[in-house]
Amino acid sequence: MNITNIFNSSVGKKFIMAITGMALFLFVVLHMIGNLQVFLGWEELNRYGAFLQGNIELLWPARIGLLVVVLLHIWSAIKLSAENRAARPVGYANYDPTAASYASRTMLMSGLIILAFIIYHLLHFTVQTKAINFTGRDFVKLEDAKGRHDVFAMMILGFQNPLVSAFYIVAMFLLFLHLSHGIQAMFASLGWKSPGYRSLISRFALIGSWAIFLGYISIPIAVLLGYGSGYLNEHGYLKGVLK
Amino acid sequence: MNLTLRVWRQKDANDPGKMVEYPANNIIPDMSFLEMLDVVNEGLIAKGEDPIAFDSDCREGICGTCSLVINGVAHGGQRGTTACQLHMRFFKDGDTITIEPWRARAFPVLKDLVTDRGAFDRIVQAGGFVSVNTGGTPDGNAIPVGKVESDLAMDAAACIGCGACVAACKNASAMLFVSAKVSHLSLLPQGKVEKNQRVLSMVKQMDKEGFGNCTVTGSCEAVCPKEISLNFIARMNREYGMATLKGADIKGRSGD
Repeated sequence: MNITNIFNSSVGKKFIMAITGMALFLFVVLHMIGNLQVFLGWEELNRYGAFLQGNIELLWPARIGLLVVVLLHIWSAIKLSAENRAARPVGYANYDPTAASYASRTMLMSGLIILAFIIYHLLHFTVQTKAINFTGRDFVKLEDAKGRHDVFAMMILGFQNPLVSAFYIVAMFLLFLHLSHGIQAMFASLGWKSPGYRSLISRFALIGSWAIFLGYISIPIAVLLGYGSGYLNEHGYLKGVLK
Repeated sequence: MNLTLRVWRQKDANDPGKMVEYPANNIIPDMSFLEMLDVVNEGLIAKGEDPIAFDSDCREGICGTCSLVINGVAHGGQRGTTACQLHMRFFKDGDTITIEPWRARAFPVLKDLVTDRGAFDRIVQAGGFVSVNTGGTPDGNAIPVGKVESDLAMDAAACIGCGACVAACKNASAMLFVSAKVSHLSLLPQGKVEKNQRVLSMVKQMDKEGFGNCTVTGSCEAVCPKEISLNFIARMNREYGMATLKGADIKGRSGD
């Protein structure tokens, strides 16, 4: 028996779920730190944007790596859920999910909604499909004073739409639910949740998931409260939105 | 006490089964749950009806035979208690009580509330023994065992194999049972020697029996009459991971 056996066994599939979950959690942390540079101003954020897009030899391996991780996470979720359903063909007339948290019972649902959000989010800010940003403006054509892609203006314009921001906040809440259970579960699945670390891991999961939630939603909320509209005025971006 | 019971009735393994309502009158609060069922059954027998079939043996909470899901909770919801040690004072006069069998593909219903839990025996057979050659009796203290390890092994060995963990789990997963069996052997020096092949074999058999997967919800730990800790599941995952990384072999002990 060797390592490839993990694709067939129940515990092995949970390893895949946990390892990919951990990779995605790390991505979500780094992505949030990157995004929060919006509060440092357009200069900093656009420099960071240009840096990420600038090195194609690093950009594409990173993107492909992320895609593989996401696909493995989804594959194991589908496989495990299907097995779980099959394991109880006749359900209870009366079932009390004793001690199981709401988050732990709805991982599949929260995951699927997050997936729908990710697809929208990629079309919105990465592919920059004009039809779905609801500003009537082509994000690809935004350029800052130094001739770089104006990520700052794109973020402000994008989040000024209350519906887009609302969907974003709802998705981040589901990510919070998903992580509040997922962070603990990945340590348990990998067997790192020994008694000595149990309370530390629970606290880490709680603080980690709240930090991710608050960090991400601070951006649309700040924009809805007026952050960045002065910058859009200076550059005459708002005129475009009005017409 | 006068109660209304909603009980799962199923003639045999092929019958689709249904919930049937029975009155349970003149119940003494100090009766155990199973004694209450005995009273109801006596009434049914007197009327010439088929009594409700349910499993029980010691009725002291130590054998793991009784197996009732009461009001949606395996063993009824009193912490660290089997259904046979649950007393009617736990309920209120006039209550309606739902009684169902363990629900899992791996535990097919044989009749009413009785299920076939042979899957657990096959998991234990798949790896749950220690190959010790017979011979002269070894000295009692020849193999030193640490106090902490000995206590932890005893905690795991407290598992009575009732199957409440499977019944309570939203995924009908047997991870708490299997992890308790894996841990109580691997924690002790006599069992440690074969721990790699044992964990691989037992997990393989568990998967073959058609149990679900662990989502770490903690329902199993909450209903376990012996309060087996969720930590054992993490311990088994760790052992399984280490055994897999080392490329350990099952050596035909999987029951195939």
